[in-house]
Amino acid sequence: MRDTVIKTLIELGKKDKDIELITGDLGFGVLKPFWETLPNQFINAGIAEQNMTGVAAGLALEGKKVFTYSIGNFPTLRCLEQIRNDCAYHNANVNIICVGGGYVYGSLGMSHHATEDIACLRALPDVTVICPGDPLEAKLATEVIAHTDGTTYLRLGRGGEKVVNNSIKKFTIGKAYKIRDAKDMPNKIAIFSTGAILEETSKACDILEEQGIAAEQYSFPTVKPIDKGVISDCAKRFDYIFTVEEHNIQGGFGSAIAEVLCECEGIAKLHRIGINDFYCIEVGSQSYLREQVGINAEGIVDKVKGVIGE
Amino acid sequence: MTSKQLAWLIRRHGVEMTHLSGGSHIGAILSVADIMGVLYTDILKFDVNNPEWDGRDRFILSKGHAGASVYAAIAENGFFDTEELKTHYQNGSRLSGHVSHHLPGIDFSTGSLGHGLPVAAGRALAGKQNGVNFRSFVVMGDGECNEGSVWEAAEFANHYKLDNLVAIVDYNHMQSLDYCNNTLEVEMIKRWRGFGWNIIEVNGHDHGELKSALINTSNSENKPTVVIANTVKGKGISFMEMDILWHYRFPHEGWEYNCAVNELHKVKPEGVIDPYTPNGCPETIAQPENCRHTVSETYNPTYYTREVESK
Repeated sequence: MRDTVIKTLIELGKKDKDIELITGDLGFGVLKPFWETLPNQFINAGIAEQNMTGVAAGLALEGKKVFTYSIGNFPTLRCLEQIRNDCAYHNANVNIICVGGGYVYGSLGMSHHATEDIACLRALPDVTVICPGDPLEAKLATEVIAHTDGTTYLRLGRGGEKVVNNSIKKFTIGKAYKIRDAKDMPNKIAIFSTGAILEETSKACDILEEQGIAAEQYSFPTVKPIDKGVISDCAKRFDYIFTVEEHNIQGGFGSAIAEVLCECEGIAKLHRIGINDFYCIEVGSQSYLREQVGINAEGIVDKVKGVIGE
Repeated sequence: MTSKQLAWLIRRHGVEMTHLSGGSHIGAILSVADIMGVLYTDILKFDVNNPEWDGRDRFILSKGHAGASVYAAIAENGFFDTEELKTHYQNGSRLSGHVSHHLPGIDFSTGSLGHGLPVAAGRALAGKQNGVNFRSFVVMGDGECNEGSVWEAAEFANHYKLDNLVAIVDYNHMQSLDYCNNTLEVEMIKRWRGFGWNIIEVNGHDHGELKSALINTSNSENKPTVVIANTVKGKGISFMEMDILWHYRFPHEGWEYNCAVNELHKVKPEGVIDPYTPNGCPETIAQPENCRHTVSETYNPTYYTREVESK
């Protein structure tokens, strides 16, 4: 996903010299193609994220289309006030790229788990929050946000995610994309996910389908603004809506769905699948930690079956 | 308008605005008044008819709590009617206590300290990349220099040789609760020198020194420039000078307001008309003798380091 985004940025940057990439001294082996191709549009701001974000705001106020880059919580929580006051409040075209949403850097420890970032960024007015589910969504989102005014948070996974979406004709900020239809089965279930947990969610849907439990599946690359249309439609058509996120269930994607769901007509009952409001003290890879907290494919299947009583 | 006239008007507006609103920070407004007076007459390039003119110098008042000083400076320059200054802090006003960019002539909001220098550095960098010939100015407080983000930006600006960036530190030696050196001991000049900047130290109330420091900040090593402007907090009103109480206290109705206005009238430059009290205030209310509640000499915060030293 991250390589796709950088590749996309290079193509955009070649056509538009106002596109600029600033890193907080991270991106070894990832950003090299960018700085080699577009050396005059690349800045290493050093290990200083508050300044990086303030500088990005200053550049954007002078007409640049800026992307800041770092990993985990460094480009967001470390400089949250700069994002709020300097970028969002001034409608600056600053796009914050986080590599490592969720447990990507699992073994590195709690400092590197980005598991509350969606909630924090979602709380800021005039900040768009995009968590692409696969490389296709990531590419299309990057192309759109580069030329969209205002401040955007682009939360990526790592490298090597599979493409899940068959095709997306037109990427629109705020729109959810249907991954699969529910077959004509007795259980009425919709499953929503945001971010790179899409792959696990799809796997879970495959398993459920094999067991005769079909679900309509959506990927929500945009958490803010959220696709109210899909939510209210599903609220009427399904008995259950499950949300899946590699993030704390407090304040994140599931909460965003709940906010809409509780104010619209419908029958669907919501169940949020995510990290159940704790810091992970266990050591292990992303897939190990996903399994530990129950957000891998099998964990999602168990949760769904437990709720619907199968 | 001369810089002296503008600086005087900034002080007079500052007294009125904080008096009317019960607003804080008159000490900081008075200490920065001469810097702002010089900037907005003899230094900054701007076009009052085209506030977003591309060739304008960029300006950020990073010590946003002295917002009244920039509001007064731009109103006196014709960006909006000076009458509006009276709405400072009021319901429905455009003039928030800390600097707001929802006004013509101001394009960056501040209030949380340590934000101005990084943004000013970003603008200076964009100016170089775009080949636009402006300077990026930022006025900071000395207390503000406690913020780590200031030093992140200081490193950055020196590394990228942003010689179109000019920082001015209003070095009044006091911050919110106490003198700077009682709060976090600092050697201001040494610190900036350590970050490789071009340093000019001036008397921040001497307009000649400020002008000669600011008129041309280019230097052979392409370094960003910091002007360390030594100032007096509360400058121009004797009972507010160097008294930490006046960081927050406002001039109350009665002798505080009258004496403040009358002290300013004693040094009013030729050609300036006081928009509020053209002839000063009647001297009917003098400063009472032994008035203790408007000074902070009895104010003794206990600090850990002092306790350690005294043992």
